Amino acid sequence: MSSPVQPAAGQPAAGQPAAAQVAAVTDPDVRVTRSRRSPLWPALGAVVAIAILAYLPYLVYAGTTSLLVNFFILLIMASMWNLLAGYAGLVSVGQQAFIGLGSYFVLIVGLHGIDPFIGLPVAALGSGVVGLVVWWLLSRLRSGYFAIATWVIASICYLIVIRFASLGGGTGEPLPSMPTVSNTLLNAYTYWVALAVAVIVLVSLYAILRGRLGLVLTAVRDDETGARSVGARVSRAQLLVFVIAATGCGAAGGLEIISQPFVQPTAAFSVQWTAEMVFACLIGGIGTIEGPILGTIVFFVLQQWLASYGTWYFIVLGAIAIAVAIWAPRGLWGLISERLHIRLFPVGYWVWPAGQAAGSGSPGLRLRRRRGAASRP
Amino acid sequence: MTWVNSIIQGILLGGLYALFACGLSLLFGVMKVINLAHGDLAILAGYLAVGVIAVTHIPTVWSFIIVVPLFAVLGYLGQRTLIQASLSRGVLTTLLVTFGLSVVIENALQQFFSANSHTLGIGSLISDSLHIGSQITIAYLDLVIFLVAVVVLLGLQYFLSSSRQGRLIRAVADDREAAQLAGADYRHIFGIAAAIAFATVALAGIAYGMYTSFNPASGTTALLLLFAFEAVVIGGLGSLWGTLVGGILLGVVQQLGAQVSSDDQVLAGQLLFLLILLIRPQGITTSRRTA
Amino acid sequence: MTTGGGPLLEVRGLTVHHGQLRALDEVSLTVGAGEVYAMIGANGAGKTTLLRAISGLKASTSGAILFDGTDVRALRTERRVAAGIVMVPEGRRLFPSLTVEENLQVGAAYARPGAWNIDRVYELFSWMPERRKQLAAQLSGGEQQAVAIGRALVANPRLLLLDEVSLGLAPVIVRRIYDTLPDLLASGVTVLLVEQDVSQALRVASHVHCLLEGRTTLQGEPAQLTAAGIEDAYFGLNATPGAPA
Repeated sequence: MSSPVQPAAGQPAAGQPAAAQVAAVTDPDVRVTRSRRSPLWPALGAVVAIAILAYLPYLVYAGTTSLLVNFFILLIMASMWNLLAGYAGLVSVGQQAFIGLGSYFVLIVGLHGIDPFIGLPVAALGSGVVGLVVWWLLSRLRSGYFAIATWVIASICYLIVIRFASLGGGTGEPLPSMPTVSNTLLNAYTYWVALAVAVIVLVSLYAILRGRLGLVLTAVRDDETGARSVGARVSRAQLLVFVIAATGCGAAGGLEIISQPFVQPTAAFSVQWTAEMVFACLIGGIGTIEGPILGTIVFFVLQQWLASYGTWYFIVLGAIAIAVAIWAPRGLWGLISERLHIRLFPVGYWVWPAGQAAGSGSPGLRLRRRRGAASRP
Repeated sequence: MTWVNSIIQGILLGGLYALFACGLSLLFGVMKVINLAHGDLAILAGYLAVGVIAVTHIPTVWSFIIVVPLFAVLGYLGQRTLIQASLSRGVLTTLLVTFGLSVVIENALQQFFSANSHTLGIGSLISDSLHIGSQITIAYLDLVIFLVAVVVLLGLQYFLSSSRQGRLIRAVADDREAAQLAGADYRHIFGIAAAIAFATVALAGIAYGMYTSFNPASGTTALLLLFAFEAVVIGGLGSLWGTLVGGILLGVVQQLGAQVSSDDQVLAGQLLFLLILLIRPQGITTSRRTA
Repeated sequence: MTTGGGPLLEVRGLTVHHGQLRALDEVSLTVGAGEVYAMIGANGAGKTTLLRAISGLKASTSGAILFDGTDVRALRTERRVAAGIVMVPEGRRLFPSLTVEENLQVGAAYARPGAWNIDRVYELFSWMPERRKQLAAQLSGGEQQAVAIGRALVANPRLLLLDEVSLGLAPVIVRRIYDTLPDLLASGVTVLLVEQDVSQALRVASHVHCLLEGRTTLQGEPAQLTAAGIEDAYFGLNATPGAPA
């Protein structure tokens, strides 16, 4: 996927020290690639990983696949939160609104006798539409106000939903079961659908962030005023991101009710979801696609490991999150990728000076995506 | 006449909300910190009071004498360590750190006090009510809390506007660098502001504990943070008087909503908040220029 | 007055970076007690960066800042104010929600003992007393500049740093501001100022120092400098690009 770019040969300015670097970029022999090494191997690895995961229901017990379904659900949510905070600079502590709504959309579909799996795209779409409305309400707010306002929105969604006795009111409602399908098969279907949605989300994210929107988002993240001044459609980009995040969380919520299979409003709209999303992103690394993946893995490993310790698990998690936020703001993946210069999902650019084969040594100029949480004096 | 009673209850409740909110308002106004752990800190104060009472056997109403100064110290230390460290890394970090703090506090409380509800029993002196006519009932406790809130808020307002330390706090809030150039160590002044904010949170938490029962998760489930924030936004950032107005408005609207249907109490308040956000985001008492 | 007999301020080989950009490159200067030392240069030359480095708002990469013989580079801004280095920052930077009097009171909050106090500032700027209860944000540019200088004075500085006091002000207002300089000097204050208007700087300064792209291109007493020399130093014409000044 490397595409050597042919920039126009320019006149390097005479005398100034920066001329050497300017000459390097305008020299037609300079190559610009998307990734440092050939992206073939990571892509192959991804395909193999997905294939193994897909085959899993034939190999393991239902308990493991259920666990993995929860993993995929959190992975989707964490990726969405990462998109919001790490790329668009929008901190939301109210995504549970869309998760809850997603669950209830699927419930509504199921209550009408339709296959709840069909309810999934309804959940995603419905949440996306609600996201549009919410953005219209909140878009003018600055960060702190915006954050709490999202929580208020989630609270409002909860309060409205519990008024409907047909949806179970305040106690909740089970998802009508599909009598024609056996439990094992249903479990497997749920697993595959969850896997598929997770893969779709990650691939879509990758595609989006490689493209124009990703460029705009990085500009916004680094300097919103500067981005506006060069014509970037900042509001449009943030709107898109917010709606995408709402859609993704809606899908996650739909998966949640399908896997349970019931919905309990307090849990569905609980701020606990936000806590888990935030922790996964924080520990894995905000601002990269790989970060939430790593973070979700760590989260689940910790959960299994410390499950017997009850609330200590959350205390430890909270303490780790605080420590990471202050001392390792780029998370685990940030630490890893800094050392090893790996990008599994290459969304940046590498510039190789003339005469140097792409992938060898270190590049002359490296245009890197920088994290949003820059340090200020 | 029950509507009048609702309004009066709302006003009194508003005092409690305003007490919650003034700490948040201070932290945000001075340091631009949104403390997502605000509600949990109040509950922590409540539990601390429970612990103090259990150990020292002092009457409940005097528990604040120990807890409030303790919280002030906690606030100063917390600011100089955690909050300062996250401030230098940007808005996202402060939100994340306070969020993490919220989780740690809630779960630590649950670990040490169990998930059961507690309440700060109040002496018989203030468990009585005042009756006006046949429809209006004012619990003495509610009245006391309201008066305490008014005194605290007005006192704080006076402190900020007329004292040297208050002036320094306002200066640092306006322009941190210019304050440094005038010789002020802004970290210390931030610490003072945080100490005051934490002290008010402690007061609010103890009042809340007397007002109703609480459990470790009340910080989030009781939406205390949300109410505090809503009070600040409705009233307008920039003056504590505005916070009082905001708290009262929120309380009144909530109580009126409860009159319509008991489910609508919280929702009514949320909707008021949204309305203010939409049509007058700078709040009721603030002029447009500071929005 | 200096206690050691040496210069009040000595900057040696100061280098300051903004990220990867070298904003100041090995700048050195000496300011004796009672002098008016003027920094001139085009936009972006590094003048404000120099003042921010001396006052402590900007960390320097290398070099020394000797105030009365002691290197103050390790001191925070507040401690430098206590030592006697006070800056009037670019753009006035008054506290907008505070009144005129409150602004001065904040300036006096950590003041060193000395001749200056709020009343004396009111004498210096006779229009100020009747406006003392007004919010600082409501004053005109020239009035704000006066208050900003007053705020710095009440701290009783030994070295007063003035950053672009003429910026955005009408010439007649600028004149009035600079007319107060003799009063300052008479009270024992040494002044290091940054000024875009070269002729204004030449009028008041005992020494002039020109910066270009972070490097010193010219320094000396006004009487010894030629207009052509200053022009060359200011704009960097006739110099070889990239070569040291």
